[in-house]
Amino acid sequence: MLQFIARRLLLTIPVLAGVIFVVFAIARLLPGDPCFVALGQRATVEACEAFDERYGLNESIPVQFGIFVGDLVSGDLGTSIAYGRPISEILVERMPVTIELTLFALTIATVVGIGLGVASAARRNSRIDVATMMVANFGVSIPVFVLGLILIFFFAVVLKDTPLALPPSGRLSAGVIIVPLAEAWGMTDLDGPLRVVVDFVGNMYLISTLITGQWGAFGDAAVHLILPAIALATIPLALIARMTRSSLLEVLGQDYIRTARAKGVIERRVILRHGLRNAILPVVTVIGLTLGALLSGAVLTETIFGLTGIGLTITQSILGRDYPVIQAVTLITAILYLTVNLVVDVSYAFLDPRIRLE
Amino acid sequence: MSYLPGDDRLLGRTEAAGAAPTTPVDTLTARPGNLWRDTVQSILRQRSAQVGLILLTLLVGTAALAPLIAPYNPDEAVGIEQGLTTEQKGPCVHLFGCPEAQPEHYFGVDRNGRDVFSRVVFGSRVSLYVGVLTVGFAIVIGSVVGALAAFLGGGVDNVLMRIMDVFLVFPALVLAIAIVTVLGAGLINAQIAIGVVAIPVYARVMRASVLSVRERDFVTASRALGESGRGILFRRIFPNAMTPLIVAGTLGIAGAILEVAALSFLGLGAQPPLAEWGSMIALDRNQLFNAPWLILAPGMALTISVLGFNLFGDGLRDALDPRLNR
Repeated sequence: MLQFIARRLLLTIPVLAGVIFVVFAIARLLPGDPCFVALGQRATVEACEAFDERYGLNESIPVQFGIFVGDLVSGDLGTSIAYGRPISEILVERMPVTIELTLFALTIATVVGIGLGVASAARRNSRIDVATMMVANFGVSIPVFVLGLILIFFFAVVLKDTPLALPPSGRLSAGVIIVPLAEAWGMTDLDGPLRVVVDFVGNMYLISTLITGQWGAFGDAAVHLILPAIALATIPLALIARMTRSSLLEVLGQDYIRTARAKGVIERRVILRHGLRNAILPVVTVIGLTLGALLSGAVLTETIFGLTGIGLTITQSILGRDYPVIQAVTLITAILYLTVNLVVDVSYAFLDPRIRLE
Repeated sequence: MSYLPGDDRLLGRTEAAGAAPTTPVDTLTARPGNLWRDTVQSILRQRSAQVGLILLTLLVGTAALAPLIAPYNPDEAVGIEQGLTTEQKGPCVHLFGCPEAQPEHYFGVDRNGRDVFSRVVFGSRVSLYVGVLTVGFAIVIGSVVGALAAFLGGGVDNVLMRIMDVFLVFPALVLAIAIVTVLGAGLINAQIAIGVVAIPVYARVMRASVLSVRERDFVTASRALGESGRGILFRRIFPNAMTPLIVAGTLGIAGAILEVAALSFLGLGAQPPLAEWGSMIALDRNQLFNAPWLILAPGMALTISVLGFNLFGDGLRDALDPRLNR
C-alpha cells in the first residue's frame, strides 16, 4: 500500500511541474503585455518600465521562471495589484469560504446523488427512476448562474416573509457576530504558521462556530450556505446519481446477485450490501472528478451569492485586472484538484485490492 | 473463431447492428449498403435521442429562421421608440389579455429598451455557432494529438499525454478565465480558451479508441493484405475510431455552450450589444427582483439548448456503443 502511494506521489511531480509552467506561461508567453494587462491599455511607457522593474519582467524568460518557482517554494504567491497585499494573506482569508461551500455542496451531491441513484436502479423504469433521470438531465444542463438566480428569486422573493425564506447573499445576517476562533481560544498573541492555521479554520464559520458552541451563529451561517450549496451541488449531484444508477444496474445483473436472491436474502440487503458495495468504485471516481466542476462552479456561485471566497476573488480580479491574483488562484485550484485526485486514487486502491497489486 | 472471406470483421467496417450480407466476389471493395440506415434507426429508437433531436431541431430552426421569427431588430431600442412606460416593459402577449393598444413584447423589453424575445431568438445563432466551432477546434487538435500518441507510442505517447494531463488538472472555467484575461475579453478569445481547455478530453478519447481499434483483427488483416501504413491509419483505423469521438463531441458542445455563456456572464465573452444569452443575463441581473423574466428567458433558452445536445449525445452513445446494448 505504501509503495502504491509512493509511486502515485512520484507520478504527480511532473504534472505539478507542468501546472506551474502553464500558469507561468499564460502570463508571460501569450500575446499581450502584462503591464497593459495589469495597468490598463493607456499605461505610460514610464509606468510600464517601473512595473517591469518591480515584478522582474525585464529579466529573460528563464530567469523569470526561476524567480517565479523560487517565490512559490518559499510560499510567496506575489502581491495583489488591487489590494496591495500579499496574495497568500488574501487566500488564507478567503479560501476557507470556498472550501466550506464546496464541501457542503459535495456532501449534498453525494448523499442525495447516491440515494437517488440507488432508488432508481432498484426500481428501474419506475416513476422514481424516470423522475430522477429527468432531474439529472436537467441538472447537468442548467447553467449554474441561471439556477443560482432562479433559487434567489424563488426563496428570497416569492417565499419572502414565509418560514421557508432563505437569505440570498452574504455569509451572515446583519447583527450576527462571530467571535473569532483565535479569540475564543485565547490565542490572540499567537504568531507564525500556527496562527495562520487557526485563522484559516476560524474563517470556516460552520466549523469554528460548531467547535466553540456559538449555536445561533452556526444556524445563521448554515442558512446562508443552503442556496449557494444547492446551486453548486446540482451538476455533481446529477453526475453522481447517473453513475450510481448505471454502475449499480450493471452489478445487479450479475450472477452472484441472483444467487443472493435465490438464497432468500432480503432485497434491501441485496441492493445495499451485495450491490452497492461493488458498484461504488466508479462513483468514487466521479466524486473526485466533479471537484473540477465544483471549483469552476464556485466562481459563478460565489459571484451570484456575494460570498467572498476565491471564486469571487477571481471575478473581482478580472474587473480590477489584478493578474497576479488570477495566476495564484489558478495555480492553487489546480494543486487542490491534483491533491484531491491523488486522495481519490489512493482510496480507490484502498477499496479495491486488485488495483494496488497491479 | 474462424473468418470466412467476406466476413465483415475482416474488412474493418464500422460495426453497426445488422451487417449487410456480402457476396464473396466484392470482398475488398464492397461498401455496406444499409449501415447508415441501421445506425440512424438505432439512434431513433432511443427515447433520449428522440427528445434531444426535437430540441435540437427547435434550436437549429430558430437559428436559421431568426429574422422571420423575431418581431423586432434585436439591437434596436424599440421600447424607447414606442415610448413604453415602466409598467409596459414587462411581457405583453395580446392572446393572454394584454391590452391591444400596447405593443406586443413576449418576454418584455430589457434595460436598454430592446425586445427580449427577438434577442433570445437571435441568441440561438450565437450559441450554436459558439458550441459547434469551439468543439470543432478542440476535436481537430485533440484527435490529431490522440491519434499521434496512440500510433507512435513510446516516448512520444508519454510526453503528449502527460502534457494533456497537465491541462486536465485545471478547473475548466478557471483556466479559461486566466487565458481570456491575458488574451483580452471577446467572444473569439473565449472560444479559444474553452477550446484549448477541452483539447485533452478529445485527445484521450481518440487515443484510447485508436489503441483498441489498432489491435483488432481487421487491421491485422489489412496489413497482411499489403495495405500501406497510411492507408491502414486513414481507411481502417480512423473511421472505426470515430464513434466515441462523435459522442464526446456532441456532449462537448453542450459543455462548450455552458462555459462560453459563463464567460460571457462574467463579462469575458460576448461583448455588448451582441445578443448572447450569457451576457443578456449579466446585463439585467440586478433586475432579478422586479423583472425576473429578463433572466428566465435567456436562461431557459440556454438550458433547453444544452439539454438538447446532452440528450442527443446520450442517445448517440447508447446507440453506437455495442457494450450498452442491453
